[in-house]
Amino acid sequence: MNSAVKPSDKSRIKGATLVEIKGLKIEGYSDDKWHPIIKGLDLTLKRGEVVGLIGESGAGKSTLGLAAMGYTKPGCRISAGSVNFDGIDLVNAPQDKLRELWGSRISYVAQSASASFNPAHKLMEQVTESALNHGVMNRDAAEADAKDLFKRLQLPNPDTIGDRYPHQVSGGQLQRAMTAMAMSCRPDLIIFDEPTTALDVTTQVEVLAAMRRIVEEFNTAAIYITHDLAVVAQMAHRIMVLRYGNLVEEAETRAMLKAPTQDYTKTLWAVRKLEKKEEKSDDIALSVQGVDASYSGVVKVLDNVTVRIPRGKTVSVVGESGSGKSTLARAITGLLPPSKGRISFNGKDLPARLQDRDRDTLRRIQMIYQSADTALNPRQTVRDIIGRPLEFYLGLKGAEKDRRIVKLLESIELNEDFIDRYPGEMSGGQKQRISIARALAAEPEVIICDEVTSALDQIVQEEILRLLMRLQKETKVTYLFITHDIATVRAISDEIVVMYKGKVVQQGLKSEVLNPPYPAYTELLLSSVPQMDPDWLTNLLRQRGGKAA
Amino acid sequence: MHPVIRTVLQRLGLGLLTLFAVSVIIFSTLEMLPGGFAEAILGQGATPETVAAFNKSLGLDRPPLTRYVEWITGAVQGDFGKSFAGAGGWRSENVRTVSGIIGPRLYNTFFLAGLTAIIAVPIALGLGLLTALYRNTWFDRVANATTLTTIASPEFFVAYILVFFLAVKLRWFPPLSTVSATTPFAEHFYKALLPALTLTLVIVAHMMRMTRASIISLLASPYIEMARLKGLSRSQVILRHALPNAWAPIATVIAFNLAYLVVGVVVVEVVFTYPGIGQLMVDSVGSRDMPVAQACALIFAATYILLNLLADIIAIITNPRLLHPK
Repeated sequence: MNSAVKPSDKSRIKGATLVEIKGLKIEGYSDDKWHPIIKGLDLTLKRGEVVGLIGESGAGKSTLGLAAMGYTKPGCRISAGSVNFDGIDLVNAPQDKLRELWGSRISYVAQSASASFNPAHKLMEQVTESALNHGVMNRDAAEADAKDLFKRLQLPNPDTIGDRYPHQVSGGQLQRAMTAMAMSCRPDLIIFDEPTTALDVTTQVEVLAAMRRIVEEFNTAAIYITHDLAVVAQMAHRIMVLRYGNLVEEAETRAMLKAPTQDYTKTLWAVRKLEKKEEKSDDIALSVQGVDASYSGVVKVLDNVTVRIPRGKTVSVVGESGSGKSTLARAITGLLPPSKGRISFNGKDLPARLQDRDRDTLRRIQMIYQSADTALNPRQTVRDIIGRPLEFYLGLKGAEKDRRIVKLLESIELNEDFIDRYPGEMSGGQKQRISIARALAAEPEVIICDEVTSALDQIVQEEILRLLMRLQKETKVTYLFITHDIATVRAISDEIVVMYKGKVVQQGLKSEVLNPPYPAYTELLLSSVPQMDPDWLTNLLRQRGGKAA
Repeated sequence: MHPVIRTVLQRLGLGLLTLFAVSVIIFSTLEMLPGGFAEAILGQGATPETVAAFNKSLGLDRPPLTRYVEWITGAVQGDFGKSFAGAGGWRSENVRTVSGIIGPRLYNTFFLAGLTAIIAVPIALGLGLLTALYRNTWFDRVANATTLTTIASPEFFVAYILVFFLAVKLRWFPPLSTVSATTPFAEHFYKALLPALTLTLVIVAHMMRMTRASIISLLASPYIEMARLKGLSRSQVILRHALPNAWAPIATVIAFNLAYLVVGVVVVEVVFTYPGIGQLMVDSVGSRDMPVAQACALIFAATYILLNLLADIIAIITNPRLLHPK
């Protein structure tokens, strides 16, 4: 190992400065121009300290986190400022020097563990790779150490899980294995880049606890990047709020949670004040009775599912991934005909298969998808996208169709200039609005919303939810709202259906489901939702017993 | 049974089914060709009676279905029947079996294809990896431009250029590659080198570019970024993290090119007067020697199916999701 890469002795002391970023500017190249991403940021990190970077997408938080490693994504460059890691200038360091640091003294934990593990190699091979490559340990020692880390991270079967391939373990386990991988050389600094964003809340709790414990045990400094305030409150000593590449506010976690000073920070806090008043109704529009469904014919993805959806109301379906909530939507729309049970609409049984339903039935049930990017054809203009259902279901043509499109645009709060735009020329929130207008164009009675706000920033989520609620008031449309986000459920539902492993755990009014007494699974789900309280995780673990950090 | 073995057996079954369908197509297509062996050999002046008698002596008067069944049952047992050439006449003891005619030609073809593969595949893979590693450098551009030029030029042109420089000017190789069954192995090897080099230039670009493209398409994956951030060098990233996930498309394009070496090199055979199976097939179609033409076509089809099957199997066994199910 190069002498310059060894930790200098005095910096070993806890509290000594480890990372110092000054006046950092980073630019990204697109449309033949360099655009600023980070506009002059400072960051100081001491040994053993965890700093949280928070902000919406485009705030530059990942870019800043990676810059602390001396790395920029392809197409980006550091245009000004310095990054100093334990006395080493990372901006001007040659690639070889950086490679010696990466994996050994600075390591990275990415958002999607399933995409960040190489599918072709066993976990053990990948977890020990850094240690072997940097010559820190021999293979036997590295494997023994990895097993020890697996145990500390509370992975099941720590002695044999390393022999598995990434696709053979769950997302939460993979995320913990990635933390073990990052820890293998006992780095001084770990960058956690949205490490729990892709996980279910119930899984997130375990992963957060495991990461926090191991960082404390080894006195590792960390930069924790997330868009979720409640999560960062559990992990970080200090929080930096970023927006458009600028620092909005920086403070100790407790101080900031208690009294945010900047307006923008306050808006981040204020989100989710939205709450619809629940209404009870016995006028059932759509009812699902005892439905079974499966993809392979072997494993039941829906198991005797019964759900009632009252007219003009919002029923939310919550559950973690694999609970069958999206499959329920596919069964209702006829994309996946049920193997058992009935689905009735306005009192009449619906044909199971999409192909057997007439056009008017199809018109009455519309769907909005999670990702507007994939649900909208990138080569069609808004006129084509919204015009198609107008033509197909209502037979509108020419000027009348255009008038209708403009009216629909108005109803989703976009002006008529949008009519000739392509999806690529709109923001994520605008694209999702177009998806909503497309569903509305058919003048449906029921709209199935499948995770429609999951890919959006908090503030945009709020806008979309408000829009959906206003449209419901105006058109009396019924929503079946599928989501894994309890906060969203709280905001918009009249009734809630809790699903777990293909079964309905509970259906009831919002006030019934969200208040005790809870069935066991509902309680686990609700208690796993992070709260804006730095002690939430600690208290939760204590309550659940035995696993307190 | 392990799911991989089951999948491979399934593919094998499907391959046989395809081969059967192809045999029907071959037989009926050749059946539909205008004119027959009798017309070809007896000339236009032949009376219908003579033609009929000639056909009867070849067994061609029987219904096509009977002849197909006879042909395919024979073929399954490795007996492709007898050539028409010299048949029906007074020297019928000289009639040769189709296997006897095809055998040595097929050996020559496999020899040339094998030799080319041994040269071309490592060069293509190596260049593909190197151009991916040093993409958008001068090396990458020169390698791409050169291989594109050779693939874009007609085969005979590439062949004549090589002959001109390597055989006529430098006298390293003989310009003609005439070999026979009695040619010793070493001499055969030496004589086949120039056609093999020609074919290498023709097929390298395709395989190299596919290797380069499949590797580069993987370089944007999060696990590649992760490998870089673990401090691995560029070559480690490509060899250890990109290549193992790129085998499926690479194997497919290699299989495709190897099949081409067996079935599509008649032009190069003609230029070098190399007695391969391509020339034999062209000749047999010209003279309406149906048993030989059919056998050649069936061998070509089997080659394609077998090599593609092999590529499929490679794709399956290099995919850990299939090899190691949950």
